[in-house]
Amino acid sequence: MIRHLPWLLTGLVGAVSLGVVAVSRGETVNALWIVVAAVCCFFVAYRYYALFIARHVMKLDPSRPTPAIRRADGLDYVATDRTVLFGHHFAAIAGAGPLVGPVLAAQMGYLPGTLWIIGGVVLAGAVQDFMVLFISMRRDGRSLGELIRMEMGQAAGTIALFGAFMIMVIILAVLALIVVKALAESPWGMFTVAATVPLAMLMGAYTRWIRPGRIGEVSILGLVGLLAAIVYGQVVAQSPVWGPLFTFTPVQLCWILIGYGAVASVLPVWLLLAPRDYLSTFLKIGAIAALAIGIVIMAPPLRMPALTAFASGGGPVFSGGLFPFLFITIACGAVSGFHALIASGTTPKLIASESDAPLIGYGAMLMEAFVAIMALVGAAILDPGIYFTMNSPAALIGTDAASAAHAVTAMGFAISPEAIAQTARDVGEHTIISRAGGAPTLAVAMAEIFSHVVGGPAMKAFWYHFAILFEALFILTAVDAGTRAGRFMLQDLMALAMPRLGESKSQIPGVIATALCVAAWGFFLHQGVTDPLGGVNTLWPVFGISNQMLAAIALMLATAVLFRMKRDRYAWVTLLPTAWLLVCTLSAGWLKLFSADPAVSFLAHGAKFSAALERGEVLGPAKSLEQMERIVFNDRVDAALVAVFLAVVVSLMVFTWRTCMASRRSPAPTVHEIPTHPVAA
Amino acid sequence: MSMVATLRRMARLMVGLPDYDDYVRHMTAHHPERPVMDRKAFFRDRQEARYGGKNGGRCC
Repeated sequence: MIRHLPWLLTGLVGAVSLGVVAVSRGETVNALWIVVAAVCCFFVAYRYYALFIARHVMKLDPSRPTPAIRRADGLDYVATDRTVLFGHHFAAIAGAGPLVGPVLAAQMGYLPGTLWIIGGVVLAGAVQDFMVLFISMRRDGRSLGELIRMEMGQAAGTIALFGAFMIMVIILAVLALIVVKALAESPWGMFTVAATVPLAMLMGAYTRWIRPGRIGEVSILGLVGLLAAIVYGQVVAQSPVWGPLFTFTPVQLCWILIGYGAVASVLPVWLLLAPRDYLSTFLKIGAIAALAIGIVIMAPPLRMPALTAFASGGGPVFSGGLFPFLFITIACGAVSGFHALIASGTTPKLIASESDAPLIGYGAMLMEAFVAIMALVGAAILDPGIYFTMNSPAALIGTDAASAAHAVTAMGFAISPEAIAQTARDVGEHTIISRAGGAPTLAVAMAEIFSHVVGGPAMKAFWYHFAILFEALFILTAVDAGTRAGRFMLQDLMALAMPRLGESKSQIPGVIATALCVAAWGFFLHQGVTDPLGGVNTLWPVFGISNQMLAAIALMLATAVLFRMKRDRYAWVTLLPTAWLLVCTLSAGWLKLFSADPAVSFLAHGAKFSAALERGEVLGPAKSLEQMERIVFNDRVDAALVAVFLAVVVSLMVFTWRTCMASRRSPAPTVHEIPTHPVAA
Repeated sequence: MSMVATLRRMARLMVGLPDYDDYVRHMTAHHPERPVMDRKAFFRDRQEARYGGKNGGRCC
């Protein structure tokens, strides 16, 4: 009993903090209450729920050899210290997602997002990561597609692979769109991000020929270069000659990114991808740690209300009500299907003992949820007027400070044109109006927090561009690496249809697959950039639906495996989150298709515009008949995409049902685990 | 392992570079007859393995 006492205390502190956050109305709440509530909940969940899953649901066996022991080769399969592996896994799962989703979701107030992140990660997100890691660990570290094929059959595996590829395309388009939103009309930001390309190439040359393998050294040199680029960027932006050269419109940036993606993904990896990955990985970890320290030191009050009027729908950042759209807007951080690909990637091949799995699988995801909580806090400490000015589409609030201040004040968040102009000046930008996508908002918040700790108001512009650079850097790395990964996924899929294409001797299939992959995400990026509603509004829900759908697929696999292991009585552990995710994604998908509200449904929106088009009428925000046609076309493509996602998830539901029923009829376990005896590598 | 050593290893594995000494130990213990890559070759091999594409998926 004594050993439970500290945990009981932690639980009590968490419950009290959560109570303060949830019940306070009218008076300002300090951000630390949210942080303390989250941390306490996570510790208690880890101590009790993760251990319950490990002991009773999975029955982890520390004496059972892991892939790293059975197939040890010193390269891919290496038994790794659990602290070291925790860092590896966390760095692989944490990306832009947990930073963006919570910022967008803050339009409904800070409370719904906080509760969903805490509850979602404990019962769904961390369970998913942990289960997939466990399943892969018991099967030589195979990938998600192979695992589904092994346990649910060939057809289910192929459908899942196709779904994963489509998700990849949407993720790349959304990430690239965020970069466009952050860098458009921002010569300072554009210069610093552009400077990372030659900088990374110099680093690449250094690690290739001068001092091979000296990653630490070259990263410090790179960091010095980055800081110099940020400082020098201000001079460039103010120069009458260079400033305009680095000022691009969103459409120009879109084409630059598409060209960049196509070229970067065929360059040798040591030249650009690897060195930039060093920078972005270390900068990401450093910035996350600094943000945590900064929030604790500053202890800022939350200025966003706990709940806004937009919780019931009609918000400017994304359309639709709290259910189901909050639960797909905050994907990464609460539950992210993409993690299933990571947890069945390199990590299961490095795990030294089955008893390390809870820390890696469950613990690292809790850490990511903590990052999401910090992003939510960042958005909620800003003046709500500034938040809505930055995140509402130009079609709603116009493009100058006077119209934006008027429109946002009319929403119920009083703000003056001077305050908007002053914020833009503080961070060294021409304008902050309609910079949707989360990254710029978070950068303003980070500038606020960092300048409070280091440098004061004079440093705000530096910290803002530091934050933009840090986000753009790892998004560009993801675009590059994702295009390469997407290319291989596509080649695998093409090889199923035409086996000749799978042969890797010829260069041509690779080039075709790369081109198709870039064209696919480029299409959605261009659609998002030219979307009069701002793009993020349209694309982020599609991304959210697809990501949560992949999570549902991973959890369905986990359920099928539990049934096949004859652990039916514990299947509720995965069935509960599966059911919730299916309810959310299916209803969100249904509303995106068939809602009567044109702000929510692609089909209703398309029908409204095509009816106007037939009458020869131009509806705002379109400015010409040609734009009207494009809106109708985009609506239909998006609707088709959502329909495909729904079809994928429904068909996998059928496969899961059949697998579970078949396992129930079988008297003995039918699971395909690798036997326990070691083999020689 | 000391904390500094752990952090160093963690940082290197974050970018896909496992420990070289572990690799050499594994090779000498289990495959004394096979050639062992030197540090440079090992670094290049791991770089290609991480970024070559198959494992290239980064998270959102």
